[in-house]
Amino acid sequence: MPANSFNAFTDYGIGIGLRVPHYQHILTRKPVVDWFEIISENFMVDGGRPLEVLDQILEQYRVVQHGVSLYFGSADPFDRAHLRRLKALVRRTRTPWLTDHLCWGSVDGTYTHDLLPMPYTFAAARRTAEKIRQVRDYLEVPICVENVSSYAEFHVSEMTEWEFLTEVVERADCGILLDVNNIYVSSRNHDFNPYDYVDGVPAHRVAQMHIAGHTKFEKYILDTHDHPVIDPVWKLYAHAVRRCGVTATLLEWDDKIPSFGEVHAEALKANEFIAGARAAAPARRPAGTGSVR
Amino acid sequence: MRPPASAPRRLRTTGDLRALQRLMAAAVMRPLTAANRTRRRWSDGRPAAAVIGTFLKPNDRLDALERLEIYNRMYWFRLLDCLHEDFPGLRAVLGERRFQRLAEAYLARHPSRSFTLRNLGRRLPDFIRAERRWTAPRTVLAGDMARFEWAQVEAFDGPALPAPAPVDLARADPARLRLGLQPYLTLLTLDYAVDDLVVAIKKDALRAEASNAPEESRAGPQSRAVRMPRRGRVHLAVHRHQGTLYFKRLEPAAARLLSGLRAGRTLARACAEALPKRAAASPAARQQIQAWFQNWAALGWFCRR
Repeated sequence: MPANSFNAFTDYGIGIGLRVPHYQHILTRKPVVDWFEIISENFMVDGGRPLEVLDQILEQYRVVQHGVSLYFGSADPFDRAHLRRLKALVRRTRTPWLTDHLCWGSVDGTYTHDLLPMPYTFAAARRTAEKIRQVRDYLEVPICVENVSSYAEFHVSEMTEWEFLTEVVERADCGILLDVNNIYVSSRNHDFNPYDYVDGVPAHRVAQMHIAGHTKFEKYILDTHDHPVIDPVWKLYAHAVRRCGVTATLLEWDDKIPSFGEVHAEALKANEFIAGARAAAPARRPAGTGSVR
Repeated sequence: MRPPASAPRRLRTTGDLRALQRLMAAAVMRPLTAANRTRRRWSDGRPAAAVIGTFLKPNDRLDALERLEIYNRMYWFRLLDCLHEDFPGLRAVLGERRFQRLAEAYLARHPSRSFTLRNLGRRLPDFIRAERRWTAPRTVLAGDMARFEWAQVEAFDGPALPAPAPVDLARADPARLRLGLQPYLTLLTLDYAVDDLVVAIKKDALRAEASNAPEESRAGPQSRAVRMPRRGRVHLAVHRHQGTLYFKRLEPAAARLLSGLRAGRTLARACAEALPKRAAASPAARQQIQAWFQNWAALGWFCRR
């Protein structure tokens, strides 16, 4: 049995992000990795080395697509050409699910290339859920939305972030990519209890988790993905896994990227907490039998 | 689209959401001050804090403007970093400070209209030609370098079309045969040998990377003075082969021939236009053309039309 109804990938294991500095190591040494997460936009190209590398990776590994530019929360309608490119990539990778962020970042066709925070209102939730449904119907693949780190809050917000996330995913009937580090970062920037957040989301919709490092400044924390995961984030992750069940987990490391071995070792620390969650839920199916592949 | 003067008080419709996003996007994308801070005045002269305060909340550590500033700075740093990475040769031509000013002016005029940062520099060569003040007196050299570096972006991940079958080529009548060139291949006619300059910059960078000297005792590769090339026409093909980027000098006749093929001329006509009539008939010229075609075919430059 999956850990929850949106999580058919319980035993997908621990993944890491596929990044350029590691290509050579991965292609020549072929390390054992449960799965790789790719940034969709890096491979939504017409040809050349990115697609050659991707095809070699696909021969050996399971790949899950993670996007940064769908902008479910933008008021703008989707660009059909963009979706066509994304669908071509979905067919190429056969990603079992596809993730992108609960945010906006473009308006009137101009892109900020940032993951900007949503105003937490019912009107915004309705529009966002409608767009998630459009993408799922067009791409024909399960969609999970990720909570972002944020540094600002809107006057017009009518609910907490986790209430907004819940409102969106219930309306869209989609999964959640729960980024535990983002919860921690936002909790420090906006003074809320991160455990309230984890306890407030519908656990049965959490299909994947993200963990990462961040950078602390004097007055705020920035989600930089350039450090190991800190202990408070691991503790929050352990709590999330206990609540949501064993879940496919990915370590993000996007800047000041160390060796492949160092990144992979950091990611595999999650196994300790997954083992704890397994022990706490003995009735669940044993490891290795929950994957849909 | 002009942003609204202030944010909607309530968010009831998608139109309200769009209005809020237009205002915040305008704030996020406003140029920074020289000290990389958010400008304290809005475009209409009002205090920026008053405008931003209509939609963002303060907290006990940061006011609304300071919270917006985090996004404002990240926007500019991210996009400038992208141009910085894609145009190292242009940086060497202009120097870091002038490149930065050019890039800021370019992004203010041409914000990203694509979902991917890959396309961010697409209009930079035209911008350099149109707004010469950012690059004068090196406008021609800067324009050549920008075209050359954009061609490398295209060559890196541009589409590849199927190559014609050799047997079809052997049987074809040159008077009727129209060969395509791969879309990722760019042909450039330039006034400066920017390829030599890029090789010099890369050598310099490699030397810097190989040096054991402490960081503070040596200048970074981008701050070294590199000798600028003299004016002199060159023809280049920028392409990829087996996943690696290359640029190749072309003789003028070879460049004319390839340009003719790209323009859709038949093989016979492209050859005739590329070489003077007398020369074209000589055995040496025929041998030369044959050698070019063997080389270009081996590099995979031809595709079906």
